Amino acid sequence: MKRSLGEKIFDVINYSLMILLVVITLYPFLYVLAVSLNDPFDTIKGGITIFPRIFTLDNYKEIFNYPSIGRAALISTLRTVIGTITGVFSTAIVAYVLSRKDFFARKLITTLFIITMYVGGGLVPEYLLIRGLGLMNNFLVYILPGLINPFNLIVVRAYIETLPSELQESAMIDGANDFVIFLKVILPLCIPVLATIALFIAVGHWNSWFDTYLYCGGNKNLTTLQYELQKILANAAASSTTIDYYSNLDPTRTMRVTPQSLRMAMTIITTLPIVLVYPFLQKYFIKGMTLGAIKN
Amino acid sequence: MKFAQLLKMIRKQKYLILMIFPFVVWLIIFRYIPLWGWITAFQNYKPGIPIFQQQWVGLKYFKEMFSDPEFYLVMRNTLAMSILGLIFGFPLPIILAILINEIRHNTFKRTVQTISYLPHFVSWVIVASIVHAMLAPDGVVNYALLKLGLIKQPILFFGEPKYFWWIVVFSDIWKEVGWNTIIFLAAMTAINPELYEAAEVDGASRFRKIWHITLPGIMPTVIMILILSIGNIINIGFERQFLLRTSAVRNVSDVIDLYALDYGIRAGRFSFGTAAGIFKSVISLILLFSANKVSKKVTGHKII
Repeated sequence: MKRSLGEKIFDVINYSLMILLVVITLYPFLYVLAVSLNDPFDTIKGGITIFPRIFTLDNYKEIFNYPSIGRAALISTLRTVIGTITGVFSTAIVAYVLSRKDFFARKLITTLFIITMYVGGGLVPEYLLIRGLGLMNNFLVYILPGLINPFNLIVVRAYIETLPSELQESAMIDGANDFVIFLKVILPLCIPVLATIALFIAVGHWNSWFDTYLYCGGNKNLTTLQYELQKILANAAASSTTIDYYSNLDPTRTMRVTPQSLRMAMTIITTLPIVLVYPFLQKYFIKGMTLGAIKN
Repeated sequence: MKFAQLLKMIRKQKYLILMIFPFVVWLIIFRYIPLWGWITAFQNYKPGIPIFQQQWVGLKYFKEMFSDPEFYLVMRNTLAMSILGLIFGFPLPIILAILINEIRHNTFKRTVQTISYLPHFVSWVIVASIVHAMLAPDGVVNYALLKLGLIKQPILFFGEPKYFWWIVVFSDIWKEVGWNTIIFLAAMTAINPELYEAAEVDGASRFRKIWHITLPGIMPTVIMILILSIGNIINIGFERQFLLRTSAVRNVSDVIDLYALDYGIRAGRFSFGTAAGIFKSVISLILLFSANKVSKKVTGHKII
């Protein structure tokens, strides 16, 4: 097919715009990477664009000198792993029971879950609840309050409802109880949808910082990477000069890096896990979006 | 008779009941007790006293809130950032989705999509850190502006209130624009390809095909998302504002949730903070249900 001049111009402009989009999306990450690998005192002079001017690993070395960072990485990993496993399992089990048309409280409990999508207690009542339950400065505060997301629940339930019912029925005839049916029949069949929600739950856990800020900020053993980065950011925004801030961090240490460069290295470290799982993630999220669309 | 039936039912479904029971308890504790906690807004809440022995004060805290000038300031900021976000953030994903849809080269198309979704998956802490770095006096934005001769002195982007709303709005667009194309691209795949083929036979240009086929094809989705966004206008969250604000821009940065956080939790005025939260929830529910009604009228689809 011959294409007209207008079509060709359209394509050139469109492809250029797409390349521009890619550049705008990726460039900020590259800039941060460049600053994190550049000599901290050289950075202050300005003018870093894509590549580090004076290459150094000092910023990263400095970060690993702080024992709190290693611990924060461990807590971030733990909450992500434990939170994802418990979240996925809980969502699956509730979705299964609510998918059973014969279950007597199906409608009531489904409604109770759906209401929470539209109205919540809000910041202060939730805070008072967590305090009342004694979950302040407790690892469980990362796992329990967000255990089941009603949106995920609906997606998984919709998926289970598309499974052929003969499978369940034949298991029932064999005398298996509902829990065994769930574990042996339903759970294996749900792996695609559960993988999708697992990735979303995991990203959510890795990225969250506000619960640490609100509930665990006082416990040095329970802070996460995102929270540590947020703290550095908040200090930088609050202090008038960079040196002020650095001396707040550790007065005994001689100044080898600047807080800004330190923050950039920290930003890269915190972003890295997301970028590493991203190829797997993007394989699943389109599937997840389509599953979500079924509901609508 | 009825009771016997119920008993039989419970016996028959005992495994299902046992499976869901812990999660119903979870739901009540973590989702419904906070709702029940709304009554603290009508009390002079003191920690450590059972909820029914608290002193009742009626609408005192609501009256206090409505006579607080700062409340109107945070409402202004909330609505300003929300509306700016809607004006600039709503059309962009639609335009972008149309452009992506026009890419013929499949590998290139997939690559563009994959890359544009990436920022959606990084946290606001990271985005805020990146934005702070790029807009710093020694950051790359000031460097570029200086090099281009557009400014003589580096701009203190976080030192002056006039930039803040734009920083919040555009960092959100940067983070979410790619992700927000997904729903429109999905709507485009549902358009009958025969329409394009017929148009081609008639000699229609790319623009005409976009204008007469693609746009009308995604219009129901566009209207639905627009109504939903308007329904959510008060729910702009607080992460961006919390993480990007500096002491110099407090007057323009604080939104309704931050108001509840600062006054309700950090200052320990729990009843007052709860009242602010209730105000937000009620407005948001009213907006959502109105949006739903409008949607049903305009598109025939319910959104909730």
